[in-house]
Amino acid sequence: MTVRERLRQNISAAFYRHGLLCASYPVPIILFTSVSILTCCYPLLKLPLPGTGPVEFTTGAKDYSVPSHEPQGDLGERPDWYQGPPVAYIQQVLVKAAVSPWDSSLVPVDVFRSPLGRVFSLLEEIRNHVYTDRSLETLCLQVTELLPGLRRMQSILPEHGCLLVSPGNYWQNRRDLFDSDPDILKTVHQHEPKGIHTSATLKDLLFGVPGKNTGVSLYSRKRVVTYTITIALSSYDARFVASLRARLKQLHPSVNCTLREDHMVHVHFKEEIGIAELIPLVTTYIILFAYIYFSTRKIDMVKSKWGLALAAVVTVLSSLLMSVGLCTLFGLTPTLNGGSIFPYLVVVIGLENVLVLTKSVVSTPVDLEVKLRIAQGLSSESWSIMKNMATELVIILIGYFTLVPAIQEFCLFAVVGLVSDFFLQMFFFTTVLSIDIRRMELADLNRRLPAEAGMPPPPKPGPLRPREAPPPPRPSPHTITLQAPAFRNLRLPKRLRVVYFLARTRLAQRIIMVGTVIWIGILVYTDPAGLRTYLAAQVSEQSPLGEAGLPPHLGVAPVFPGGDPTSTLSVLPAPEPTPLPENQSQGHGASRPGGAPLTSPQISWGSEDEEVWRRLSFRYWPSLFSYYNITLAKRYISILPVIPVTLHLNPQEAIEMRHPQDTQHAPRSSAKTTDLQTDLTLYKVAALGLFAGVVLVLLLFCLYRVLCPRNYGQNGVQHGRRRRGDLPCDEYGYSPPVSEISPLLLRGHSMDIECLASDGMLLASCCLAGQIRVWDAQTGDCLTVIPNNGYIRTHTCTLKCCCAITVHLLNLTDWGKEHTVWPYNEPPLRRRVTPSRPTLFGDQPDLTPLIDTNFGELPPSHTTVGFGFDFGGLVEKAYKEHEASPTMHFTAPTPPVTPAPPQRRRSLGDPPVAPPERINVSPGEWDSSVWSLELRGNLIAAGRSSGKLELWDAVEGTLRCCNEDGSSGITALAFLNNRIVAARLNGSLDFFTVDINKPLGLLQYRGPPGRASLPSSPCYSSEDVISCQLTRSVQCAHQKPITVLRAAAGRVVTGSQDHTVRVYRLEDSCCLFTLQGHSGGITAIYIDQTMVLASGGQDGAICLWDVLTGSRVSHVYGHRGDVTSLVCTNSCVISSGLDDLICIWDRSTGIKLYSIQQEVGCGSSLGVISDSLLVTGGHGCVSFWDLNYGDLLQTVYLGQNSEGQHVRQLLVLDNAAIVCDFGSELSLVYVPSVLEKLD
Amino acid sequence: MPQLEDRCWSCSCSPGMKSKGFPPASRAREAMSAVAGAVSQAVCSLRRLHSAGLVRRGVVLFAVGVFLALVLYLLQIKRNVVLFPEEVLDTLLSSSWWIPLSCGTAAAVVGLLYPCLDSHLGEPHKFKREWASVMRCIAVFVGINHASAKLDFANNMQLSLTLAALSLGLWWTFDRSRSGFGLGLTTALLATLIAQLLVYNGIYQYTSPEVRSVRSWLPCIFFSGGVTVGNIGRQLAMGSAEKPHSD
Repeated sequence: MTVRERLRQNISAAFYRHGLLCASYPVPIILFTSVSILTCCYPLLKLPLPGTGPVEFTTGAKDYSVPSHEPQGDLGERPDWYQGPPVAYIQQVLVKAAVSPWDSSLVPVDVFRSPLGRVFSLLEEIRNHVYTDRSLETLCLQVTELLPGLRRMQSILPEHGCLLVSPGNYWQNRRDLFDSDPDILKTVHQHEPKGIHTSATLKDLLFGVPGKNTGVSLYSRKRVVTYTITIALSSYDARFVASLRARLKQLHPSVNCTLREDHMVHVHFKEEIGIAELIPLVTTYIILFAYIYFSTRKIDMVKSKWGLALAAVVTVLSSLLMSVGLCTLFGLTPTLNGGSIFPYLVVVIGLENVLVLTKSVVSTPVDLEVKLRIAQGLSSESWSIMKNMATELVIILIGYFTLVPAIQEFCLFAVVGLVSDFFLQMFFFTTVLSIDIRRMELADLNRRLPAEAGMPPPPKPGPLRPREAPPPPRPSPHTITLQAPAFRNLRLPKRLRVVYFLARTRLAQRIIMVGTVIWIGILVYTDPAGLRTYLAAQVSEQSPLGEAGLPPHLGVAPVFPGGDPTSTLSVLPAPEPTPLPENQSQGHGASRPGGAPLTSPQISWGSEDEEVWRRLSFRYWPSLFSYYNITLAKRYISILPVIPVTLHLNPQEAIEMRHPQDTQHAPRSSAKTTDLQTDLTLYKVAALGLFAGVVLVLLLFCLYRVLCPRNYGQNGVQHGRRRRGDLPCDEYGYSPPVSEISPLLLRGHSMDIECLASDGMLLASCCLAGQIRVWDAQTGDCLTVIPNNGYIRTHTCTLKCCCAITVHLLNLTDWGKEHTVWPYNEPPLRRRVTPSRPTLFGDQPDLTPLIDTNFGELPPSHTTVGFGFDFGGLVEKAYKEHEASPTMHFTAPTPPVTPAPPQRRRSLGDPPVAPPERINVSPGEWDSSVWSLELRGNLIAAGRSSGKLELWDAVEGTLRCCNEDGSSGITALAFLNNRIVAARLNGSLDFFTVDINKPLGLLQYRGPPGRASLPSSPCYSSEDVISCQLTRSVQCAHQKPITVLRAAAGRVVTGSQDHTVRVYRLEDSCCLFTLQGHSGGITAIYIDQTMVLASGGQDGAICLWDVLTGSRVSHVYGHRGDVTSLVCTNSCVISSGLDDLICIWDRSTGIKLYSIQQEVGCGSSLGVISDSLLVTGGHGCVSFWDLNYGDLLQTVYLGQNSEGQHVRQLLVLDNAAIVCDFGSELSLVYVPSVLEKLD
Repeated sequence: MPQLEDRCWSCSCSPGMKSKGFPPASRAREAMSAVAGAVSQAVCSLRRLHSAGLVRRGVVLFAVGVFLALVLYLLQIKRNVVLFPEEVLDTLLSSSWWIPLSCGTAAAVVGLLYPCLDSHLGEPHKFKREWASVMRCIAVFVGINHASAKLDFANNMQLSLTLAALSLGLWWTFDRSRSGFGLGLTTALLATLIAQLLVYNGIYQYTSPEVRSVRSWLPCIFFSGGVTVGNIGRQLAMGSAEKPHSD
């Protein structure tokens, strides 16, 4: 035993034990996992919020030196972006100005006109400041012109010179323009953007403080104007800055100001995400989601697919979070842009293991205990899981040695992520899987139990509203998802499926809602209403780098430094002896309505003024610099301590500076408007949000109305035709519109149709009049009409028809004696009506429904024969002949037919002991009626009541061959592979061989010869000489008449009134088995290519047989009365009986799954289109059922005039068309969506 | 495809064999005519059968190629301005509109060549045949591009070596076939040659002045791109019956 194998065994054993553990204690393990996830994610709380917010670093201003480019190891706390010189040094001069003392003669404009006017002198002072031959011009950041897109700001922002921004820029820094400006507010506000702005506005930019703090307003109660003069310096000269500070302080002393002046704040801006970066990012995320989608789609055979998919995604995501958390815990802060590497991490970690685990567990034997299943599944995949993990680790290790820092970091994350992913898979996912499997088994158990008791309620006596009978009982409320039916996806055309998908998932609504949430998030993030500043303050508090955080409540001045009572001193003493307390701030000012209108404005300096830029949008600096095409992304600026300037102005001075128009503004003293003004932005946002919400709701409603096809049900009420039945809905509550299925009416037969046969391409029907019509099964065109005596056309139709009727009646009367045996093939409606009718010929058209044979049905052939002929001429000719004939029907009642009134009428196929001499009264004169019909290739085999077998060319309508070996009527025919089997009335079975003598070299095969599994059906061309020879005749195949004949897979199966089923081999007509088990005559047999044999009898029993051994597989009693029809699919057996009940049985276990109550008289017409779609006939309609769930999918009403008729026969063609027999007309229903599947 | 041809051949031969008694010349003529008919029939049927799928696959691959080219071009842009996407988009559309188109064409050709080569070599690709794996491959490919564009490497040698290792890893993880490797290598060489020719003729310039560094990573990108597109093409060819997913 090699080391490898031993290792493998050990791993496998360990996994087995682990699986047992997980499945045994699911809840503790899940709790443990959750706790460990949370623990590992805890360090993440210390990380700053993700986003493009700036990062700060504070250094002392005294010993500042420009950081070098080389990273120095000794400075541990220094962030790695703090290298090299900053983009600019920002020196802000914060000016607070007030007119003091306030005077009642002053107008509101005076609050800001003269304080703003002082900015020009300050600017002059700053510009002209010189310290040892250094002026501002030499130090400041020289900017060139604005970006081309900003022409409208050209007059306001500086160009070609120092970047010096102040409110004076509104007036091009010229005093005369300011003085002549009649309306300062208008000038300020004219550049404000309309609507919601997401970045810094021009007013913010020039004033340097948030708009509501400037005090430039007519309603300001504080009457203090605040603004900044912002200077951008390209190089830092400490002495120049110090002298400027000293000079300004000397000119405008701020007595109470104790602002700290020793800190420089360096602000680093992260990379901004533009469109160009966003597109690749979005692409990677799309690819990631596609990957997750395609991966989780493979999860199958579980109870809750979505639950497991969610668990898989949770596993991967939380392993990522854990890896980041663990890395943070051990001091490795992520520097990579998390958003962009995240998809790659997920892709590297992958979902494969999860899927492999699921598949392996699901494929373990179902009958084992859940614990053992989990353990086995785990241990069988353990080796590959370990191998894959080792490989990935090795690859990542290789990546680690590339020595590229970014890749190394990625690899580190990936390694930790992989390990934590493995941990989560083993503990979390395995446990979830075990819970799921257990749930599935429980559901399985539940499903079985009620199925036994799932007998339908007895049919309602009143047949008035048959569709409103209670729906068929579902197998259970838990429908198992085993083998999701493929048909479910294919029921509808694609475009409808898309619409339904949208409607079902409410996708559009959800997208809109998500969009709204995102939009609101953006609003909150960039809103001007102050929430963002609050958030920013929180962030900067949490940030380990930001030392000087702002207090959370910005509106209220905090405790003043040192609590100095002189801190609120004014330069000029106020007239009132009692100075206001220091909390004369915005918040309190507003809370004193109409307090002291003559209060002098107080200028106070608090710690919030130290870093006034914090209150601005974080986009303030980037947008200011971006106007000059300077990016701050991945760079930093250094903000120098602010220079405070306090200005107090006389009222006299203010009055002098007035513009003539200023006095026109009447002083308003409305406190309410003040509040309104200050919070106007907030209200704007709120109103806008409300409006948007209303619009969204309306939009949603419209979308709902448009997209949700539940409306179909409401519309259906208005339709006259739909009134009859409740509209069926499928599982999702949507029903396909009726227009999708349009029936084709095939008209032409003058009497009721007796036999139907089809081979997929062609459809042959024969009516009581003996007329055979051939239809194109695709288009519904009538191709050929073969009159009763195609080759003796000189005879009058009248005679023929009447004679045919005579023969029928003779047979009928002969068999009227047998009362004990119910007609097995007669729909009950007729059964109930007919005995009460005393005379036969009083009402001739009523005669027709009496005679009905159902022998023509055979499983549709598996070959589709394409015909390329031109039928035009033929059809035309045939039509002409046909037009002539039917007018004469029944014009002359025939005297020879005067039989005794029959007590019981029997269908033709019933056990006859017909006196043959009566039938063959005049065989040469007129032909007997067609009792059975078969169609293969383009040959129609018709079995007549006279015992004659005829072969017609379906396309040309000519008789190709005729065999008159037998004399007893042919009740059933089977046509398979050049062989025709005919069952006769006298119980004998005849085997015929069709020989085709083709002219040399013209033999053509349809399809490649490799497809040998399907019986290749030769196409008989018109030149061929076809002969039909009786190869063998089994004289006494059954003791009693043969009722059913089916042939498939080289076997011929007959069922008879003598309670037995016989199986013959087709090649040598050898009887293989005689199957006994029924206690009544056989009425229905099903056999198909896979040698499934089912038989149903008059005793209501259904037997399943093994054709190879002749043993009975199962035997169930399901119907009260005859079994009229039997169909098998891969998983179930469908039977219908005289009790109008359709039962669906599980084929392997023989358990009845459910049953469907049918309308009276429609029990026997059923067909299976695919493994999961059942078609049944009703009164003027056909219904489609989902076999897996027993749901009614759709009911299609076929034409107006066929309402009263019920479907007598139902034939499912290969191309998913359904042929329904409505008396004298056929209806061809094409199910288009099924065709897509066949493609 | 070849199996179908064989079938056609055997089918057409059967009438030729039947006519044994004929003189050799006429027999030969008959056989020849039968062969010719069979060949034309086979070609017709083949065209009918496969042209639809082929065109659809080609279109999907073309779309994928164009999309990837655009995305990767955006990834490569060195940004100087913060938020002025108009200019970026303008340059994207004006200067080099033909690049995405040629990339799309190349993708279609390579993506169709891969399954074709597989069938000709007679070794059908069986390794990890599922859309999830293809998606993973595309993601890794974009990641390689991301790394080459956004990461700062010490020198060009390191960049090239890293990228080469990544490309090989991509091939090993998702392909592992000789034909895939060969075709990827051929694609890389050809594409690099074409790019160099374009640059020398002045039709196209590298955005970055240091030509050598730009040059060095091109083959790796082309190689991994070839493998990725081949993966998509194989998946499309295999799942042509299924609904193809283009992204």
